Amino acid sequence: MKHTISVIVENKPGVLHRVSALFSRRGFNIESLAVGTTADPDISRMTIVASGDDQTLEQIIKQLYKLIDVLKVFDLPELESIERELAMVKVKADQKTQTELTQIADTCGAKIVNVAADSVIIEISAEQDKVENLQRLLEKFDIIELVRTGKIALQRGSAE
Amino acid sequence: MQITGAQALIESLKKEGVDLVFGYPGGTVLPIYDVLFKEKDLKHILTRHEQGATHAADGYARSTGKVGVCIATSGPGATNTITGIATAYMDSIPMVVITGQVATNLIGRDSFQEADVIGITQPITKHNYLVKDAADIPRVIKEAFHIARTGRPGPIVVDIAKDAQNNKISFKYPDKVNLPGYNPTLKGHSRQLKAAAKMISLAKKPLIYAGGGIITSGAAKELKEFAIKHNIPVTTTLMGLGAFPEDHKLALQMLGMHGAAYANYAVQECDLLVAIGARFDDRVTGHLPSFAPKAKHIHIDIDPAEIGKNVRIDVPIVGDVKLTLIDLMDKSKVEPGKHEAWLKQIDEWKNKYPLSYKKDKTIKPQYVVEMIREVTKGEAIICTEVGQHQMWAAQYYRFTKPRTWVSSGGLGTMGYGFPAAIGAQFGNPKAIVFDIAGDGSIQMNIQEMATAVNHKLPIKIAVLNNCFLGMVRQWQELLYDKRYSSTNLCNNPDLVKIAKAYGAEAMRITRPEDVKKALKDSLKIKDRPVLMDFTVAKEENVFPFVPPGQAINEMLVD
Repeated sequence: MKHTISVIVENKPGVLHRVSALFSRRGFNIESLAVGTTADPDISRMTIVASGDDQTLEQIIKQLYKLIDVLKVFDLPELESIERELAMVKVKADQKTQTELTQIADTCGAKIVNVAADSVIIEISAEQDKVENLQRLLEKFDIIELVRTGKIALQRGSAE
Repeated sequence: MQITGAQALIESLKKEGVDLVFGYPGGTVLPIYDVLFKEKDLKHILTRHEQGATHAADGYARSTGKVGVCIATSGPGATNTITGIATAYMDSIPMVVITGQVATNLIGRDSFQEADVIGITQPITKHNYLVKDAADIPRVIKEAFHIARTGRPGPIVVDIAKDAQNNKISFKYPDKVNLPGYNPTLKGHSRQLKAAAKMISLAKKPLIYAGGGIITSGAAKELKEFAIKHNIPVTTTLMGLGAFPEDHKLALQMLGMHGAAYANYAVQECDLLVAIGARFDDRVTGHLPSFAPKAKHIHIDIDPAEIGKNVRIDVPIVGDVKLTLIDLMDKSKVEPGKHEAWLKQIDEWKNKYPLSYKKDKTIKPQYVVEMIREVTKGEAIICTEVGQHQMWAAQYYRFTKPRTWVSSGGLGTMGYGFPAAIGAQFGNPKAIVFDIAGDGSIQMNIQEMATAVNHKLPIKIAVLNNCFLGMVRQWQELLYDKRYSSTNLCNNPDLVKIAKAYGAEAMRITRPEDVKKALKDSLKIKDRPVLMDFTVAKEENVFPFVPPGQAINEMLVD
């Protein structure tokens, strides 16, 4: 089962390596990882998607807490969280296909952020399945390049 | 007052109460060694290999309870400490390892004697630091000692760039640490304590399984009180030897792969297993699903990650073992059970399946261990290497006091015992310190004989010499149809001559009737190490033996 784990860490050199190395050392697989500072520039937040049963998850969280630079760890419940991924897709496009691409972008809540002579770049920020849906729709137009961030997530309401 | 980073380091160490460090100099620690040259209050012991320095610091820590400290240079010096650091990490030993690093402008350029020590040591340290700024040294040392010795202890590496050692700072040692992400839980949760007390009072066949956490926490006295109060027999892990007096009627000796048969039977039959400062290691549990199948489990440990890691726990208690045992005794107001039928059953097992071996005309290695116990009255600090001799020492010395057993349990490091004995002797100048060794292991750090001779340390080295890598040979005999692949050490050098060449005393003992006298004679030598090369039965096996993957009551006993 997939879990989204938020790890609040002190923003110190090497902390990303400590966290990611812990996953590999203990045999846990990271599916995606996103890192950035929080409102406090000395503190960063990592959002990690990992899969495993409940016992594995419990062990991951306990091991993370053992890292001195880790301040807080929590498992984000999927239904109570807002989750986003950002993707940018560069697709071959000419005048004929541009209209159709604009329509697809609109329907998917994406937008065209760059138009070149023979291609466009479409940006989407959405839940993972919507990002993947857009990707499928764009496949027939010949995707030149695609880049995706890891998932970020926040729990709804005032709970932290 | 302005002082250099190197001076600040030494001052910081002294503030932490360090009066002894082990180490080996080199290019990137020259500023530190220059300070040590004039230093009066902090003694430096030159080992002959950085691995020796780490094991010595570790042996010092295990035998005294203090933080062991060692110093090595960058690159190869630091990589030579790796086995020692990993050994300490696996057994939760407090240690601070200071390594030199190339100057900050050279870091990352594949400079001479550069290695990514922080990267390399990260998985085998509790925490580590790269210090690039001299001003950080006091804070980092303060934090390093705090982290090393509190919570579940462990080794800390402090990697200091050479320019940070040279730069000047105004020295002020911090009063306290500020580590928001580090708050070990010391007091057990009261609801859990109540649940545990109730479970203990209801148990008909309870058993305590005590580990190294008892020693670390200084809880041997509390464990004894607790066990006696509730009439619960105690089996210990390898790391827990000395946590409970093995001459007590409730003592069941060691459990697990080479545990006493009665200890393993008790585990399989008990209805309540109280694990205290132990971690359900595979050498203890054998086939995990078959381990203690009839028992409910209480697990007391300071490290929450150990609870539920291998075995499902009914009542987990996170906390310091000593405080928890005290609280638990306060909480259990119920009349302690007598468990008469259970204790009788255990006595029957003890009588029926004692730890034993067959005597003949050769020197039996178990006999040597028994005689070491006899001549030292059980008062010695026993260090070991790793292998058959280690298991015989564990089975036959009958430990009664904490911090008298110094052995690499988790990592199983051959070559550990002799340098650890050096550390133990420095930490306990009046104690009799033995290294019980095998002929394979002793050759892995034999160079430290120079250190021991240099400092006139009266360490007794008892080599149980069977001209084999005995434990591997035993597995080959029992599991690989006697194909003794690369385990025959028939071309061993003359260990007596080697010891003498270093300036140590040495003797060879070949007959059982000479064993006791040789050991007694060794105790008279006070100004140099003594190596006793016991020619023992070549193909003696360690029994009981639970083959890997078997349940622990499925033992081979001879």
